[in-house]
Amino acid sequence: MNTSYRWRQIGLPVGLGVVCLVLWEATVRGFGVSPFILPGPTAIAEALIKDWPLLSEALLVTLQITGMAFVCAVVGGGLIAILFSLSKTVETTLFPYAVIMQVTPVVAIAPLLIIWIDNVRLALLACAWLVAFFPILSNTTVGLNSSDHNLRDMFRLYRATPRQTLLKLRVPSAMPYFLTGVRISGGLSLTGAVVAEFVAGTSGQGSGLAYRILESSYQLQTPRMFAALLLISLTGVLIFLATSAVSQRILGRWHESAMDLEK
Amino acid sequence: MPDAIVRLQGISKTFNNGTTAVSKLDLDLAPGSFVSLLGPSGCGKSTVLRIIAGLVEPSEGAVSGRRDAGRIGFVFQEPTLMPWATALANVMLPLDLAGMPKAQMRARAAEALDQVGLKGFEDAYPRELSGGMKMRVSLARALATDPDILLLDEPFAALDEITRFKLNNDLLALWQAKRFTAVFVTHSVFESVYLSERVVVMAARPGRVSDDLAIQTDLARGAEFRTSTAYSTLCRKASSALEKAMAL
Repeated sequence: MNTSYRWRQIGLPVGLGVVCLVLWEATVRGFGVSPFILPGPTAIAEALIKDWPLLSEALLVTLQITGMAFVCAVVGGGLIAILFSLSKTVETTLFPYAVIMQVTPVVAIAPLLIIWIDNVRLALLACAWLVAFFPILSNTTVGLNSSDHNLRDMFRLYRATPRQTLLKLRVPSAMPYFLTGVRISGGLSLTGAVVAEFVAGTSGQGSGLAYRILESSYQLQTPRMFAALLLISLTGVLIFLATSAVSQRILGRWHESAMDLEK
Repeated sequence: MPDAIVRLQGISKTFNNGTTAVSKLDLDLAPGSFVSLLGPSGCGKSTVLRIIAGLVEPSEGAVSGRRDAGRIGFVFQEPTLMPWATALANVMLPLDLAGMPKAQMRARAAEALDQVGLKGFEDAYPRELSGGMKMRVSLARALATDPDILLLDEPFAALDEITRFKLNNDLLALWQAKRFTAVFVTHSVFESVYLSERVVVMAARPGRVSDDLAIQTDLARGAEFRTSTAYSTLCRKASSALEKAMAL
């Protein structure tokens, strides 16, 4: 059953995609839709190839901001969660502010950040980080506090030091929660970067994919808009696959979520 | 009677929510003895065990005896294994926390696993083991430090009868080989009589000792004992003591 199952899992969605693309192309051509309104897949592919120098440069910028925001979110969120777990006072004092930071839409803060931070890259990074870090913080905080009660007693029975309890019990217990946070935050880093680019609207050298979409829309270069959009989607898919693979690798044999059920 | 290894004197425990789990309880444990605490649920027998382990501080009374880290092993009702660690790493935990060198720790843990019949399962994760095997790992972990006292909190309650019988026998064999002091909490009359030299019957609300039965037999514990008339007589005695405790 394994190979046929695999085939279905890949074949069905790919098949649907191909059918949609063909229908799309046929509709655009059949009804003579203007490429300004809706370009067909072939026109988009053409734009992708023709504008590749421009788009690849923009892709690199977006990737850099997304990647850096993601790394900062993982490290920052994880460390702040550990800090919270060490002191209830720190957690009680700071957590509400972390929530306020999270519930305030980043679009609303972005213009301020751009005024405050001279370096545009840095401003974009700050925006993306703000969006991405909270899921890691909140998930890891829950995880660090959710270790099994009997295991905690076990550690107390053997007089474990707070450091031992943190490293050998609470951190491993928090791993599945942390990794869920990482998966969510991977996608959000990209969202944050794109939103920040839209708001910043910087032109010229060193602007990312989102800005290219904006620019193309002013110039009615609809195929290029689609091409940039495609690259953003692909980036998102790549992030999803990468974070899922890492999570699978770490949880591997011990966690239910990473286990294949044998039938 | 030799000096007690652990002595509880006038122990009371009232939790913050106002429940009195244990009231004015005295209990002496002779070194090397196998004692069962038998009682209905809510009679505070688990609390007594936790007080002995030092996991719960009594509100009143005194606990004396040798209770240093590593001198006490505890087997919980659930296997309570770390799911992210292999069987071997789980058994190594108490040794690791005590800072034992790695090679020595591995050897000791492997030996402990061997003793509970799990040789060859060192690298298995808890998820891959059956309920009985997980309990064995838990038992091996409790015995890894070679404790003087082994506390067991209804360890086999969730297992099927066949597995339970087997684990009962294995526990007895380990006790006979090592002669640690065992305190076994259970609500099964048959299990308590089968395993122990002494059954302390507890009554509920508030938890206290209502009866203290010596289980004396010339028979070796095993299938022969389990089917003997002496066993059923003792069980009847323990049963009526339990009924009396429940009527209190």
